[in-house]
Amino acid sequence: MSWISYVIFFAVIALTLYITYWAAQQTTTASDFYTAGGSLTGWQNGMAIAGDYLSAASFLGIAGAISLNGFDGFYYSIGWLTAYLVVLFLIAEPLRNLGKFTMADMIGARFGAKKVRGAAALNTITIVMFYMLAQLVGAGALIKLLFGIEYWIAVLIVGTMMLIYVLFGGMTATSWVQIVKAILLMLGTIIISFLVLMKFNFNFISMFETMKTATPHGEAFLHSGVVYTDTIGLISVLIALVLGTAGLPHILMRFFTVKDAKTARSSVIYSVWIIGIFYVLTIFLGFGAAKFVGADAIIAENAAGNMAAPMLAGVLGGDALESFVAAVAFATILAVVAGLVLSGASAIAHDIYGQIFKNGNVTEKQQVNAARWASIAIGVFSILLALGSEKLNVAFLVSLAFCVAASANVPTILLTIYWKRFNTTGAVASMLTGLIVALVLVAISPSVMNPVEGATLITGNPIFPYANPAIVSVPAGFLAAVIGTLVSSKRHEKDEVSYAEVRFKAETGYKELDL
Amino acid sequence: MTNQVARGKSTMDYEKLVQSEDFKGLVKRKQNFSRPYVVFFFAAYFLLPLLTGYTKILEKPAIGAMTWTWIYAFSMFVMVWIFTSIYMNKAKQFDIEVDKIIEKNVLK
Repeated sequence: MSWISYVIFFAVIALTLYITYWAAQQTTTASDFYTAGGSLTGWQNGMAIAGDYLSAASFLGIAGAISLNGFDGFYYSIGWLTAYLVVLFLIAEPLRNLGKFTMADMIGARFGAKKVRGAAALNTITIVMFYMLAQLVGAGALIKLLFGIEYWIAVLIVGTMMLIYVLFGGMTATSWVQIVKAILLMLGTIIISFLVLMKFNFNFISMFETMKTATPHGEAFLHSGVVYTDTIGLISVLIALVLGTAGLPHILMRFFTVKDAKTARSSVIYSVWIIGIFYVLTIFLGFGAAKFVGADAIIAENAAGNMAAPMLAGVLGGDALESFVAAVAFATILAVVAGLVLSGASAIAHDIYGQIFKNGNVTEKQQVNAARWASIAIGVFSILLALGSEKLNVAFLVSLAFCVAASANVPTILLTIYWKRFNTTGAVASMLTGLIVALVLVAISPSVMNPVEGATLITGNPIFPYANPAIVSVPAGFLAAVIGTLVSSKRHEKDEVSYAEVRFKAETGYKELDL
Repeated sequence: MTNQVARGKSTMDYEKLVQSEDFKGLVKRKQNFSRPYVVFFFAAYFLLPLLTGYTKILEKPAIGAMTWTWIYAFSMFVMVWIFTSIYMNKAKQFDIEVDKIIEKNVLK
């Protein structure tokens, strides 16, 4: 590390801290804390969604996956972008029209029973924990690589930073950190892509010709099937990618930071363009790293390829670019974990404490205090988990979060909006079945069970053949919704709101005065 | 002030509202608009692994060394951008309809 690396790194961190300081002065109410007072404009929220979504898995993970596995790495880009069509066409506007702060609010707008809200909050917390663990483990590895400090110190630094953003700045600070990070990330990615393209004399087609012979995979690098030799396994991954986004609590929460459904819609458009362009550029990051860094060097640094993008920046642009890219990756992780802490805290403070234990009878001050304490609890708990998880595979944790989101949340969200007959029992059955089936199948999958000793948590032959169980767990979530609804003795419980009201509000955004 | 979601004290007749011709027409037009796009993008998305997994037709070179697999993948990106633009334009029309329904049935 040269002095310039330190300067760039600390400049990025100073910038985000300044944003937090500024935001802290504007955060007083619960609505400010959770949703920035619903004050963001379409483009701001679009950038923040992109900032929230392009996590370590997207930036470090996809670049690494493409560099090592060619086209198979690009499936992540395709799936995570197409997911926004699901969000836009089916979920964004009804969600914004029905909800207030959280995903559980939206489901609670139809099903008032505490067990429904409890199940939704449980899913949110589970997804947030897996997702956050992945980011913290990634951040720890990154800092360790950059500054050569111990992993546990690195995790503590990242954990402390994320808590500072959330505790003092709430959603306003978190959103602006995400916006700034999205800009920096795009800038860094565009610079690297430009340098890669320059190395290929700006000839996109000849780049593919070169890649035929640039990697150990030969021509197969450009075809599907380097890792995904089993088509059913591949389809299972793709199901989790395309449906999972629509069930991610920290992404869904972003639709409440704008004033109405129209703005929610326009923010999706902005984010789709930013995210889409970024994902196209992952080709240059991946191809460039494979060609100019080389698979051997990438694997030597990190077996999963997570350091491919910063290494490529170093080869192409020297120390300055490498540390800029590393700083951006660090800001990326901080922005994402801050968003995750907020959505986890909102599930605890707003859903469990506020609505379940206090029946909604809490003051603004109690709300914000509870949310801050919940943030600390979530933060400390995830830091402790991360300290013991250094060896866990980052991509595995993120794909698990997507799978749980797709199986446990998406069926209930969709059916709450679109199925008249759906009821309380069906909602609870679906959320819990999706969650349990996904977790159990992962626990007996090749990601956790491997005959080679020490490769995974458990030594032994995997009972379930696919690393990602979405192909079973998502249908299980839908099936449980239908069966639960049809077999329940009460057709509709007394604290359910009529489907007519839900439908009307979801379609029109009409709200009665909340007295 | 409390944050409880208002329920059970509604004075609005939602059953009548959703049965109104205006609202039924809106929902029907929205569904008729969305359905083909939703079916198409899911079909296009899951056709890709079927073609790459069970056939070799996408492995033929399309432009230089770039195979049809990549052309298909890039088409998915273009599809996402086009569909979001179409949705945006159409949604503006629905907004006008919604405003009319609210004005006519709720604010009368």
